Formats: sequence, C-alpha cells, structure tokens
Amino acid sequence: MLSPEEIRAIEEEAPRYRDRQALGIEALKIVQRHRGWIPDEALAAVADYLGLPREHLEGVATFYNLLFRKPVGRHIIRLCDSVSCWLTGQETVCRALCGEHGLTMGGTTADGRFTLVTVPCLGACDRGPVMLVDEDLVGPLQPESLGPILGRYE
Amino acid sequence: MERPLTQNIRPDGQTVDIAAYEQAGGYLGLRQAIGSLAPAEVTRIVTDSGLRGRGGAGFPTGSKWSFVPMGDDAPRPKYLVANADEMEPGTFKDRLLMEGDPHQLIEGMAIAAYAIQAEVAYVFVRGEYVLPARRLQQAIAEAEGRGYLGNNILGSGYSLALHVHTSAGRYICGEETALLNALEGRRAIPRAKPPFPQASGLWGQPTVVNNVETLCNLPHILARGADWFKSLSRTGVSGTKIYGASGRVMRPGAWELPMGTSLREILEEHAGGMRGGLRLRGVLPGGASTDFLVEEHLDTPMDFEAVAAAGSRLGTGTMIVLDDRTCPVAMLRNLEHFFAQESCGWCTPCRDGLPWVESILDDIEEGRGRPEDLDLLDLHTHLLGPGKTFCAHAPGAMEPLQSALKYFREDFERHIRDHRCPWRAS
Ligand SMILES: Cc1cc2nc3c(=O)[nH]c(=O)nc-3n(C[C@H](O)[C@H](O)[C@H](O)COP(=O)(O)O)c2cc1C
Ligand code: SF4
Repeated sequence: MLSPEEIRAIEEEAPRYRDRQALGIEALKIVQRHRGWIPDEALAAVADYLGLPREHLEGVATFYNLLFRKPVGRHIIRLCDSVSCWLTGQETVCRALCGEHGLTMGGTTADGRFTLVTVPCLGACDRGPVMLVDEDLVGPLQPESLGPILGRYE
Repeated sequence: MERPLTQNIRPDGQTVDIAAYEQAGGYLGLRQAIGSLAPAEVTRIVTDSGLRGRGGAGFPTGSKWSFVPMGDDAPRPKYLVANADEMEPGTFKDRLLMEGDPHQLIEGMAIAAYAIQAEVAYVFVRGEYVLPARRLQQAIAEAEGRGYLGNNILGSGYSLALHVHTSAGRYICGEETALLNALEGRRAIPRAKPPFPQASGLWGQPTVVNNVETLCNLPHILARGADWFKSLSRTGVSGTKIYGASGRVMRPGAWELPMGTSLREILEEHAGGMRGGLRLRGVLPGGASTDFLVEEHLDTPMDFEAVAAAGSRLGTGTMIVLDDRTCPVAMLRNLEHFFAQESCGWCTPCRDGLPWVESILDDIEEGRGRPEDLDLLDLHTHLLGPGKTFCAHAPGAMEPLQSALKYFREDFERHIRDHRCPWRAS
C-alpha cells in the first residue's frame, strides 16, 4: 500500500512527465525517500498504482544504483572509488572505515546506523578523497578525520 | 582575460540569485534572442560562433540543432535536454557551473529551446548532485517569476516549461540516448542511431541533448556576438574552456581559460605543478575515457584538433594526472573496474570483454600475470574499439588502456617478470 503522502508526492511529479511509465522512476525514488528503501510490496504497489507491469518496474529498479532493493541503515555513506580519489588516498580511507570504524563495504552496521557503498566519481575530484554522507559531500578525507565526521550522524 | 562562464561564480561557494545575475548582464542574451531574432537566426549565430559541444565529443552545436525539423509541420512537442549527468571520472566542471551560477544554465537552455522551438526542457542531473539540483529548482522558480520561463516568455508568445529530473544513477545515463530512455522511465540502454534524437528522441519527438557547459556559453554568444566568442580562444577554436586537474598536483581545481591553453600552462601555472617530490608520468587530458598523453605532449594546446593530433581527445577537458610514485597498472585496474561495472550489459563485447580486461589487470597487478596477457589486452583494445559495440562506452574504456600499453608497457612487463607490483612494499 502506498501512503497518502507518497501518492500526493507522486501526483505532484506527474505533470512534469508525459506518461505513467516515465513516472515510475520518480515514484520509486519517492517511496525510497519515505521508507529508506524499496520493499517488494511497495514496488508492487507502485506498479499497480501506475498501471505498469511489475516485471517492468522490477527491471528498472534493479538497473539504477541509487535505488535500494534491500534495507539500509539510517545513514548512507557513498565513498567515491574512481580514479582521482584513488590517486589521492582513497584506499587508506576505505581501510580505516572498514577497520577501526567497523563498517563493511556493501553492508550495514549491526546498530543500523550506517550503510557503506562505493559510488563512481562524485564530481569533486579537486577535493579527493571524498564521500557523500546522506546529502553532505565531505573531503578531502584523511583516515584521522573520519571519527569526528561520522560522529555527526547518529 | 575574459571569463564569461565563471565571472559570477563566487569564491565562497554561495550561489548567484536572479537580481545579481541580471545586474551582471544576465538574461540579455535571451532578451536579444527572443525579442529580435528568429529561431533560425539564433542557430546561425551559434553556428558562426564555432561553439562545439563540451560533453566529450565536440560536435558543433549549431549544426546539431540544424537537424531538428522546424516550421508548422514539425512534430510537436519538441524537447531540449541539458545533460548534467557528469559521471565521467575526473570531471567536475558542470557541478561548478550549476552550483555557482544556475541562471546561466537556465538562460542558455531557454535560448537553445527557442532556437529549436522546444516546448519542454529537462535538466537531467545525476542523483548525487543534491546541491546543484536544489539551486536549479530555486533559480527556475525565480526565472518563472520574472517571465523568463513559462507561458509567453517576455511577451513574445513563446512558451517553455523547464523541469529538473534527478537521475537514479549509472554512468551510462550520460550517453544521450540512454539518457532519453532513463527519462522515459526505462532501463538506461543506449538506442540505435539513426534515427538521431533530433528527429526522434524523447517519446519519439524531436529532441536536442546538450552538455551543461555547452549551454552555458549561449547567453554570452547571443549577448556579445559570434566574433567576440571566436576571439576568446588562443587557437581559433572558439571560446573559453573550463579545464581542470586532479590527482597529486599542488592545487587541484578547475579554471576557465582561453580554449587552446597549453597542457603545460594548465598543469604548471594553474595546478601549481606536482606535489613535493613527485614527477609527472602521464595525463588523461579529458576524463577517464581519453588516451594518456605524456611529457613530450606538454606543449599541446588543449583544443579539439591539437589534442586529437597528439593522439588523444579533449573530452571533458578535466585532466587526471598520473605521478611517478603511482603504479600505472593499478591505475588502469581502477579505471577498467569502473568501466566494467558501468557497462549497461546490452552488447556482448562490452558486457563480457570489460570484466575480462579488469580481471587480467587484476592478475598482473597481483603478480599472477603471464606474458601472453599483454597480447590479450592488446587484442581487447581492438575487439572493443570504435564501431565494434553499440555505444561509445567500450571504445572509451579502451582509450586509457591502449595508450597505457604504449607508454607504460615496460611497467606491465616488469609486473609479469617479477611476479609482483614494484610499487608495493613486499
Ligand atoms: C558512456 C557515455 C557517457 C557520457 N556521459 C556524459 C555526461 O555525463 N555528460 C555529457 O554532457 N555528455 C556525456 N556523454 C556524451 C553525450 O552522449 C552527448 O554526446 C553529449 O551530452 C552532447 O552534448 P554536447 O553536444 O553539448 O557536447 C557521454 C557519452 C557516453 C558514450
Ligand atoms: S557498449 Fe557497453 S555500455 Fe554501450 S550499449 Fe554496449 S554494453 Fe551498453
């Protein structure tokens, strides 16, 4: 079931697109904004609501890397793993995140606080290494600076 | 030196609102276009200016627009799309333009849309660009409030609806036909060309896709003329360019400079040279999918022709610098990991070939390489080269590889001979 707020948000987007199919990705993003990720029943509800085949929407949902089909933590860390950040020390940052800070690449911490994933180039190559924590771009990172940064997110 | 594209961009990172933008001469180009020029005249001025696309391929902008059907019989609606996907590794210029001066992009889009007589325009922004998208939304609302967008723009009878679409991810969305599929709510798989988007694009309607930086040049060309625009460059290839440098240089950053500024000047004067104790080994001049240039190319003017003559591509003009204490094989592994991961999976050479390339590089870097692996890599640069795959993703992935095999072959061979990476402590 979609919530009234979700439906309202979907209909707010509707006039910007020519048809219901184009609205599918928008609707999935809206569901994710409300629920953190896209559970099966929500995907089915979006498909039914928009009158799209479920398999079509499933195919779309699994294509795009910013859509989550699995539960995630309260905060998402997206660590850039592309070349400019790699050249400027991304690997040591990654080791520190996964070592002393107890995160796992692609996983969520047991307390549900953080999910860590890699992301291609964040377009902040002059500030590498960088990561995006929720909506905040942070960098240049050093292993020592990670503690205080992570401390800002509960 | 004139810096039209970045003249309003503030060092404190704050954005420019509509009042400040107008104060600095903003929206004069649009007034000029809509108020006194026919659409075909706008296209002619842009053609005369010599503007070429800043999205990577350098296609002449006026010529691209000229394939859009015009007149009363033309299919409607028509669409204009600003490509703000900016996911090419090492590229960070469109973010700067959108965050620092969003009205410049909006004005440029309104001019382009008027020239092709589009009714609807989208900015396709990558999902991670939260701040640029927010600032654009704000600026669009301001522009609508002053009659620069929406119904009956500036009393001319011309109307344009401009929307921001934030992407759900994947590098391939930057390829213009994949982008159109993404906007239509499909998987972002490139489309066969022809038909070209100008004839049959978004929802089968005439569509032009232009890069953000390309579009940002338009207000200035319209306000100041084609001759002025040509005179900005050092080499006759029109305009300024936002160049950038990343990697272990003293001052990584992006700078608007005359088109044709030399690689040496960008790296030495603007980027401040290499960080202490490091030497330059190679440069990817225009993002991850361009061929390496090396020291002998430092005096190359960074314009489309000169970089091509040196064996690479201007690409996005944002360069990635390899230093002498970084392993070229490991760098290539990082690059090919990216390309393999971001293959959309549609055609076999790319879907299967890129992971194979990545695994060979993995083997070489980890000391498991065999001499015949170099032949395999060479073979892939042909099998995945131009014309062998559905889109330019795979050929782009081969550019850094083929040039690394040429300039850094000795490094590959040494890994294989010694069964280890010489840059790593054993
Ligand atoms: C794999 C791939 C990724 C691309 N990514 C982008 C991108 O992020 N931004 C962009 O402007 N062009 C990108 N392009 C180029 C576009 O297909 C298109 O040529 C460009 O947006 C046209 O704009 P222009 O004529 O103003 O340069 C990409 C091309 C390919 C093959
Ligand atoms: S070359 Fe690669 S990215 Fe392009 S269509 Fe084929 S599989 Fe997709």
